[in-house]
Amino acid sequence: MTTANIEKIDDYCWKIPKTGAMRVPGVIYASSSLLEAIKGEESLKQVMNVASLPGIVFASLAMPDIHWGYGFPIGGVAAFDLETGIISPGGVGYDINCGCRLMTTALCEDDVKNRLEELVVALFQNIPTGVGSTGRLKLSIKEEKRVLLEGAKWAVRQGYGEDSDIEHTEDSGCMTGADPDVVSEKALERGRKQLGTLGSGNHFLEVGVVDEIFDQKVADVFGLRKDQVTVLLHSGSRGFGYQVCDDSLVAMSRQVKNLGLELPDRQLACAMIKSPEGERYYSAMICAANYAWANRQMLTHWTRETFQRVLGIGPRDLKMELLYDVCHNIAKKEKHVVDGKTKWVCVHRKGATRAFPAGHEAVPRVYRSVGQPILIPGDMGTASYVLVGTEIAMTKTFGSTCHGAGRVMSRSQAKKASKGRSVQRELLEKGIIVRWTGRSTLAEEIPEAYKDVSEVVEVVHEAGISKKVAKVRPIGVIKG
Amino acid sequence: MLAIFYIIILMKVLSHYRVIDHTADLGIEVFGQDPVSLFENAAEALFDLITDLNRIEPAESRTVLVCGQDWADLMVNWLRELLYMWSAEEKLLGEARLKKLEENRLSATLYLESYTPEKHVIKTEIKAVTYHQIRVWPSSSGWKAQIIFDT
Repeated sequence: MTTANIEKIDDYCWKIPKTGAMRVPGVIYASSSLLEAIKGEESLKQVMNVASLPGIVFASLAMPDIHWGYGFPIGGVAAFDLETGIISPGGVGYDINCGCRLMTTALCEDDVKNRLEELVVALFQNIPTGVGSTGRLKLSIKEEKRVLLEGAKWAVRQGYGEDSDIEHTEDSGCMTGADPDVVSEKALERGRKQLGTLGSGNHFLEVGVVDEIFDQKVADVFGLRKDQVTVLLHSGSRGFGYQVCDDSLVAMSRQVKNLGLELPDRQLACAMIKSPEGERYYSAMICAANYAWANRQMLTHWTRETFQRVLGIGPRDLKMELLYDVCHNIAKKEKHVVDGKTKWVCVHRKGATRAFPAGHEAVPRVYRSVGQPILIPGDMGTASYVLVGTEIAMTKTFGSTCHGAGRVMSRSQAKKASKGRSVQRELLEKGIIVRWTGRSTLAEEIPEAYKDVSEVVEVVHEAGISKKVAKVRPIGVIKG
Repeated sequence: MLAIFYIIILMKVLSHYRVIDHTADLGIEVFGQDPVSLFENAAEALFDLITDLNRIEPAESRTVLVCGQDWADLMVNWLRELLYMWSAEEKLLGEARLKKLEENRLSATLYLESYTPEKHVIKTEIKAVTYHQIRVWPSSSGWKAQIIFDT
């Protein structure tokens, strides 16, 4: 429960004024009904805790899908001064570069309708899913280090995809500054076996259909049209990213006392950006980010292969093109305007997506006239959204927006709520075919376990920190 | 007879910890008469969440050394070490016996079995042991710990 003093700025934006140890205010993007739900959790207290960390600039921000996380809330955005600020593994999350990518096709719903079950079953067979699933290839440590340095580019060089995939990936699927030598043997060992796997929990691959277009002009630039078949992929850096986060938390918690910081929660462990510990984490985090991009690139390749084989068509007829790939668990050094001055800051996005506007140099050339594509997955029974970045996001949220629906039920609550029901049949009645691995995955991931993604998206659209482009409805889902 | 045996084991396990429900994740509160049993019970609780302990027949053992800055840090590092055995090496823990325990270090013998999909069940995927709201403390009835897992 939060006793924070909350002031209304407008219908979609709220402020927690600076009190106590807070160095900056908290700013929350939410509707009044979402805010009521958020108040019931500890996440607003977490927004305030983040606001107290050294070097934070402007505000500790929360997106409408904010929920309780470890240390930092999920759905949180915080930027730190490069000279006086900290970097924190807890501000990025365990699944470093967990993210989404959306592929478009030349197909419409009628082209796949009669083969959908076959398609979903084949995807389920070709894409390794589930707890601790291991990939089709086992890398040598030497080769794995190349993956960490090159990201999606490594995958494309190995034949998993096309050069245009790279152009359509955030940071071209490879952040610079990776140093594989700072990564532990444990992380390398976990990562070696899991490259090219989807994972479990809320990770999925979803065949969808464009259901509604909100902005025709932007949709045209993105190559989206009504009734088009799409594929949405949600996965991350697997055990590798977890181990990097874990190792860094241990190392930072040992030396956090040297900073003279009294942390309200050990999971907020951090180090100065410009310190050996901080630099080591940043280099290791980039390794994990690159691993995740290589991972999603490989899954993309197998998805293309599966579509072609099941539907008996060639790549030209399928035309499965990567629209964009975004990460939503990351820390990045970016240039932003703070208090009227342009400066470099380290932006932590934990369960938040980058949302850069038209004209920004980081936006791929083909989209630069309209802005960066943003992918917001919903739960498996409702819808996902494609949004576009805006100038308002640059001035208000360090070019950031929401990342998804956010849970409202714990996994055990969801299991209780779904007891005696056939979730698979309920989804089938809605026209969604689903295949999954884990014995309780489907029960834990029931649609009502999540916030209404449409409500979350409405907030960021109305607040102007991104704009709605299209809505995609799921027709086939595979989960771990 | 077998059923009664299983119930006794189940009661033994359940009496050592309880699950704390949280929106995104899973927490436990563990009990022990003393620090040694607290750490052993925490290990057992972790693997009781992951799998059906009754199906584990340890086939190998190994000794581990774990360090920490204090009881809470030691607890997190101890469970991290055990979770690594599962997530990286696919070994399930049947039993942990502490050989030595101080506030900043421990040594223990682990009794393990390699995961076999046909034999073992995986109930919950625990992805990480977090520092979030970690607590280890002596209470009037013994020792207690609160641990939150990422699932």
